[in-house]
Amino acid sequence: MNGQGIAQILVYVVLLIALGYPLGLYMARVYSDDDFATRGRFRWLGAVERGFYRAVRVDGFKEQTWKAYGKVTLVFSSVFFLFLYGILRLQGHLFLNPDHLPAVPAHISLNTTASFITNTNWQYYGGEYTMSYLSQMAGLAVQNFVSAAVGMAVLAAVVRGVARRSRNEIGNFWRDLYRTLVYILLPLAVILGVILMSQGVVQTFHSHTTATTLQGAHQTIARGPAASQIAIKQLGTNGGGYYNSNSAVPFENPNGISNFFEVLAILLIPAGQVFMFGKMVGARRHAWMVFAAMFAVFAIGVAVNLPAEQHGSQVLRSSGVNITQGHGQNGGNFADKEVRFGIANSTIWTVATSDASNGSVNSGFDAQTAPGGAVPLVNLFLGEVIFGGVGSGLYGMFFYIVIAVFIAGLMVGRTPEWLGKKIEAREIKLAALGALFVPTMVLTMTAVAIVTKSGVASIYNHGVHGFTETLYAYDSQSNNNGSAFAGYGATSFSASLGAVAMLFGRFVPMLAALALGGSLAKKKIVPASAGTFRTDGATFVLLLVAIIALTAGLMILPALTLGPIVEGLMH
Amino acid sequence: MKNLVASIAAVVVITAFFGFAYPAVMTGFASVAFSHQADGSLIVRNGEVRGSRLSAQAFTWPRYFHERPSGTSPAYNAGATTFLNYGPTDPDLAKLVASNAKAILKLEGPYNPGLTIHDIPVDAVTTSASGIDPDISPAYAALQSRRVAAVRHLPLATVQKLIKQNTDGRGLGFFGEPGVNVLALNLALDKLGGK
Repeated sequence: MNGQGIAQILVYVVLLIALGYPLGLYMARVYSDDDFATRGRFRWLGAVERGFYRAVRVDGFKEQTWKAYGKVTLVFSSVFFLFLYGILRLQGHLFLNPDHLPAVPAHISLNTTASFITNTNWQYYGGEYTMSYLSQMAGLAVQNFVSAAVGMAVLAAVVRGVARRSRNEIGNFWRDLYRTLVYILLPLAVILGVILMSQGVVQTFHSHTTATTLQGAHQTIARGPAASQIAIKQLGTNGGGYYNSNSAVPFENPNGISNFFEVLAILLIPAGQVFMFGKMVGARRHAWMVFAAMFAVFAIGVAVNLPAEQHGSQVLRSSGVNITQGHGQNGGNFADKEVRFGIANSTIWTVATSDASNGSVNSGFDAQTAPGGAVPLVNLFLGEVIFGGVGSGLYGMFFYIVIAVFIAGLMVGRTPEWLGKKIEAREIKLAALGALFVPTMVLTMTAVAIVTKSGVASIYNHGVHGFTETLYAYDSQSNNNGSAFAGYGATSFSASLGAVAMLFGRFVPMLAALALGGSLAKKKIVPASAGTFRTDGATFVLLLVAIIALTAGLMILPALTLGPIVEGLMH
Repeated sequence: MKNLVASIAAVVVITAFFGFAYPAVMTGFASVAFSHQADGSLIVRNGEVRGSRLSAQAFTWPRYFHERPSGTSPAYNAGATTFLNYGPTDPDLAKLVASNAKAILKLEGPYNPGLTIHDIPVDAVTTSASGIDPDISPAYAALQSRRVAAVRHLPLATVQKLIKQNTDGRGLGFFGEPGVNVLALNLALDKLGGK
């Protein structure tokens, strides 16, 4: 069928591994090598790093326990929370506000601040007409870097905990934060930003311009400093668009080349972190198996979405127009898709962005066919551990790995081990907390939102579809994805409940992961024996995928039957 | 307390660097290295901005190639892009596709004897994701070529040659799908003169 499209997908996968692997090894060095950038030509970088520690008055080389690490993560995030909330509330009195926009309303500010601090980028506001330049640049855009870096720093600490033996400490927050920002995110963002500009992504402080069209009408063309922001929104699994139609807009994503680099950037760091983990704990085969489990779910998504979209929707097939590929067209379900991307590049983006908890789009999800559109929905309900958000995806996966080896241990009747460490009651409790907390919260909040008057006020479409909207809204926010299902309104109730969902959905699993890392760091390594369940083979991959599907399925399936499934049966 | 002081200092330093220095340096670099692209790929003729190569604009006159339908308000609004968000079984989608197809048959039919709805490529009747998709499929351009040639009294081969010249191939010959840039094509036609 779509030969050229499949070739593009294969090249994507090959390049993702070819670039993700060396990036993973590089990140492992950044997080493990105390002397990184202290010698040779890049000595000055090390001097700048030490200057930063002096400026903020911390000792960046002092090791911290998981509790100390978690505490400073919370304090740092809280200070940034207040700072961002303050900017949004006071923007009317601050500079860089040429359109004289007033303060952002309190409940929208609360939701937006939580959204950007937690790497969610759920948007209850319209960018152009709500946020001043100051709020966009110095407020929201900064969080694209910082929220990504916090997740990545925590992952580095947890991985150290897995790797170390008989230790109490798992690293230093400030050093991990600084090194993530300056040695990983900044260079990648600059490279990607320059590539995007060269292809036509706008990057200017000039305001909107007006064109006189060939037929003599006037057309407004919105511009802005987009390339620098889009680079980090893709790399840091943020996803909030500069324009409303996000990365479908030519000024954000002008051609096949820019599209390829953007969609590559979405999965690059999450994929690289799997290899980083393998390198840091000295278990490369195990890391490849974790990658295989993630990749399997990713591939299933592509295999479902691509043929469904190429086949076209019911309405288009019965309309009589030509939807067959060939003779100068790409064909298929072309509603809310762009000519320069076609079907295959829309598919790969759909799957990548919903796996990675990114949330940016280059085609409209609502217009996708029923089986095609089910892919991003299911990916969301899997809890964002298939690659997942930067940092948070892999430490979320650790919970499932611990549960998988525990269940394998139960089956053979031995104490479960993971990478030579005994998994005991404390680790299981933390893993269960990390894996089950978010789905439990989603169900509770959805229940509250559909039985209270103030909750129902947010629903646009009543009946079954309204339930789906509600479920999706709290699932997207709790999982820190941020993609929206059209039609769930912002009331002060829904905006506040959403803010709580995002904050707890971010920080509860994060602290559980840090505690798990701290607990594993203390343990000794026991030599593998004949009874040890091997975590570097195909059996492990199957078991891991099954555990993820089972956990998500058991938690969410009853709710899905009340919403999307009933809806599907009604048509 | 120590954490609090450090966090406040870090917020200031990080905001100064990532909130101001980073976008400013990137913008400065863009204005030197890629000034045309960074400015919006604007098409300027006789000192007047006529549009952007990266945005569709409204073409209704028969002498021009027409764009794909747009879901923005007004159509092709490059200041407020939007998806149409009609679901795959939405009756509104069926109505929209049918009325778009009917309009195309009426416009192109006289120049293409025997034209039926089965000859209309799907991108011609569906809205794009951005609402300002600058491209149409080569198939839709071919469908419009006879009308434009006839209205402008040009040989069909000339119009076909211009279509070819204004078709953006796949990036590096591989990435993405080919598309005909409608604004560039219409500008090339106007340059030829004729009515």
